[in-house]
Amino acid sequence: METQALFDALKAKFGEAVLELQTTGFRPAFVVVAPASIADVAVFLRDDPSMKFDSLMCLSGVDAKERFAVAYHLHSLAHKHQIGVKAFLPRENPSLPSVDAVWPAANFMEREAFDLYGIVFEGSKDLRRILLPDDWEGHPLRKDYKYPESYHGVKL
Amino acid sequence: MTRPAEALPTQEMLINMGPQHPSTHGVLRVLLRTDGEVVVNARPDVGYLHRGLEKIGERVTYAQFMPFTDRLDYLAAMNCNCAYAWAVEKLAGIEVPERAEYIRVIVSELNRISSHLIAFGSFTADMGAFTPFLYSIREREIVNDLFESVCGNRLTYNYARIGGVSADLPPGFLEKTKEFLDYFEPKIDEYNNLISYNKIFVHRLANVAVISAKDAVAYGLTGPNLRGSGVKFDLRRDEPYSVYPKLEFDVCVGTGERGALGDCFDRYMVRINEMRQSIRILRQAVAQIPEGPVMAKVPRLFKPAAGEVYFRSECPRGETGFYIISDGTTNPSRLKIRTGSFVSMNIFETVTKGLMIADIVAVIGSFDIILPEIDR
Amino acid sequence: MEALALKLMNAVPALAGVPLWVMTLLVMVVVAVILLVFALTFGGVGSYVLRKVAGDIQARIGPNRVGPYGILQFLADGVKLIMKEDIIPAKADRFLFILAPYLVFVGAFAAFVVIPFGVGLIASDLNIGVYYVMAVTSLVVIGILMAGWASNNKWALLGGMRAAAQIVSYEIPVGMALMPAVLIAGSLSMQDIVRSQGGLLGLFGWNVFHNPFTFFSFFLYFTAAQAESNQTPFDLPEAESELVSGYNVEYSGIRFAFFFLSEFADMFIVAALAAACFLGGWHVPFLRAEALPGIWGNLLSLGVFLAKALGIVLLMMWVRWTLPRLRVDQLMRMSWKYMVPLTFVNLLGVSLWLLLFRGKGIPQLIASVF
Repeated sequence: METQALFDALKAKFGEAVLELQTTGFRPAFVVVAPASIADVAVFLRDDPSMKFDSLMCLSGVDAKERFAVAYHLHSLAHKHQIGVKAFLPRENPSLPSVDAVWPAANFMEREAFDLYGIVFEGSKDLRRILLPDDWEGHPLRKDYKYPESYHGVKL
Repeated sequence: MTRPAEALPTQEMLINMGPQHPSTHGVLRVLLRTDGEVVVNARPDVGYLHRGLEKIGERVTYAQFMPFTDRLDYLAAMNCNCAYAWAVEKLAGIEVPERAEYIRVIVSELNRISSHLIAFGSFTADMGAFTPFLYSIREREIVNDLFESVCGNRLTYNYARIGGVSADLPPGFLEKTKEFLDYFEPKIDEYNNLISYNKIFVHRLANVAVISAKDAVAYGLTGPNLRGSGVKFDLRRDEPYSVYPKLEFDVCVGTGERGALGDCFDRYMVRINEMRQSIRILRQAVAQIPEGPVMAKVPRLFKPAAGEVYFRSECPRGETGFYIISDGTTNPSRLKIRTGSFVSMNIFETVTKGLMIADIVAVIGSFDIILPEIDR
Repeated sequence: MEALALKLMNAVPALAGVPLWVMTLLVMVVVAVILLVFALTFGGVGSYVLRKVAGDIQARIGPNRVGPYGILQFLADGVKLIMKEDIIPAKADRFLFILAPYLVFVGAFAAFVVIPFGVGLIASDLNIGVYYVMAVTSLVVIGILMAGWASNNKWALLGGMRAAAQIVSYEIPVGMALMPAVLIAGSLSMQDIVRSQGGLLGLFGWNVFHNPFTFFSFFLYFTAAQAESNQTPFDLPEAESELVSGYNVEYSGIRFAFFFLSEFADMFIVAALAAACFLGGWHVPFLRAEALPGIWGNLLSLGVFLAKALGIVLLMMWVRWTLPRLRVDQLMRMSWKYMVPLTFVNLLGVSLWLLLFRGKGIPQLIASVF
């Protein structure tokens, strides 16, 4: 399915929540949506017969200097097309609904985004730190992260 | 005097299949809650090998990040090198000379064979048959020697560069590769006779951890794990990159030949069959490789235009995807590495309910995970 | 023992004044020491052979640094183990932890008493020979359970439980598979069983060729024996890759050495039983070893017996390095659902055969025609 047609179908269904289409310099193209609507958009993208995005390739947190973003890369095995979905979040208390009910593959990747960026995924079935110890303070992949002096008495 | 069964108190055991364990293929910790020998819950705990590669990626230049990709999946370092190189080239729109692409495919497929050999060897060793591991190491030595002649290293190659490869193949390399292929092809049948269809081995793996095709896709399994469940999807065939469109090979899927479709045995057999297909690809690549330069003209101070790319390639352990965001400077703004092993761990807790402790080892081995890829 | 003591007292005039019971005791101690030295040497040399066989099967060399062809490797290992720090986990049950390896070794070593090494070369020809071996090797289970429990380690506990389940389950097929030999000999005594396979038929006097049921019985026994001595494909109690060494994970130094030696002693016991009960024991082919003059009979029969027993040990090692491991429920299923019924049917078959053909086996029947 053509990217523009995809974007139009989404816009028709979700109206206000679908914000813009990023194409030039973006491979695959990104549809920017409002964070609160991500769960519904995800269900639509997975189940709609012309979309059928049943495979979540990648879910990443992004620190875009003034704000955070969560980028979803989707792929359809049936229709062989790819799309990206992005949701921008404010730097304070970034949070948006979780999609692990739609694609169970999202669970570990959301935990990673939470761990490294501090983005909270509401409704996630299991949101804990994954790569760092449970009692680590701070979120390392943020651009303004300050490395700690020591951890449990071990000088870093 | 006898007590009724309900009055006997029983307790679940919480066992730590700790970071140090002979069969967890790295520093993986699995918290097992068992009722005797039957597992009630197996929760994986990863992160013991987290080195912050993504943070490092934001601090070094694109070319300087290449050695770090070796350490992603050190058993398939060539594949990871090339995956990263292809991703950056897609971002910057660089055209790689054809000889370099053929070289990349040759070393990638050789590395696929050696990676699957380790997967095969360590898996059978986990199952108690200690001998096939030594045979697979013996075969792998030849591949290591080939790689040493190409780039000087036996494990972490740092061979691909943005725009090509670092050095041309040494003279005699293609002949030696063909010799290896002729030597190795009958060995696969030998392994099948020795262990693959051994009744005990089959009984250990058949019908263990069956994953349906729908679950495999939903939980993000990729590579041999996905194909073991019957889904005929291979990035080299379905999203072709490099010179794969010119090469003929079959996509190996699990067939449920000894149990339900999508069990541990299917995933194991997919890897064995993939080795055969890699041999096929290699024979064609060695015959077709043209002369020419091995490196494109890439500026010293490499600054790709601002943009974002997600590129994925078929590595032995699944799909290795690079999501690179460039802001026009020499360093990436965001370098996200999506690896097959990390996403495969999603399904671990679900699929191990009700298995026995011995089966946990079989499941870990059949997923063929490697911890540096999970933890980055 | 007493007879030997009397012979010695008569032969050496200096000992005439010593009371009989002291002499008997001395003889017993000497025989025990000889057997102990044999058991320990077999443990050591056996470990070397195991590693060399493993190397051969796995396309590599094996130990070759210590001594010519690595022959002294086991001495180096022994010295290393003796000199290691003796670590007992803080929360372990000290008494049981210390007792366990010795119990396991005693269980295995005590069976050496009735092994028929040659003509007249048996520590004590008990008239309950086979039964005694079965009984005494069960002590090993208690030792392993003790080791698993006392280590205060869940992996050790799992290994101990698995070992207990496995060894106890395979006791029955082992015992039942040995019964045909007992039936043919008409006695539980080991020397009687060996003697019943003698005669000028040579190779064909062996129990394994006696009738189809005993032939089958030999393979059942071999499989059950592989399980009794914790060898792959039945090495769950010490499955390195799953249980991180199972019941002996917390043991180090000389205590670990004892577990290791017990395993080899166990291997020898089951192999020796196989050789004695099925493969003709110490009978030299086409010779009457009992009739040979002086010490030649003893030595020749000893050599033949050791060759047969060690051949079986080699076979066990070969199987160990070839096959993968069974899961615990598959192991139990195999024992209770397949081997136990098979051995019972086998026993019935042998009994019927002996009844029908009046104790004669196939070779004897063929010989009686001529």
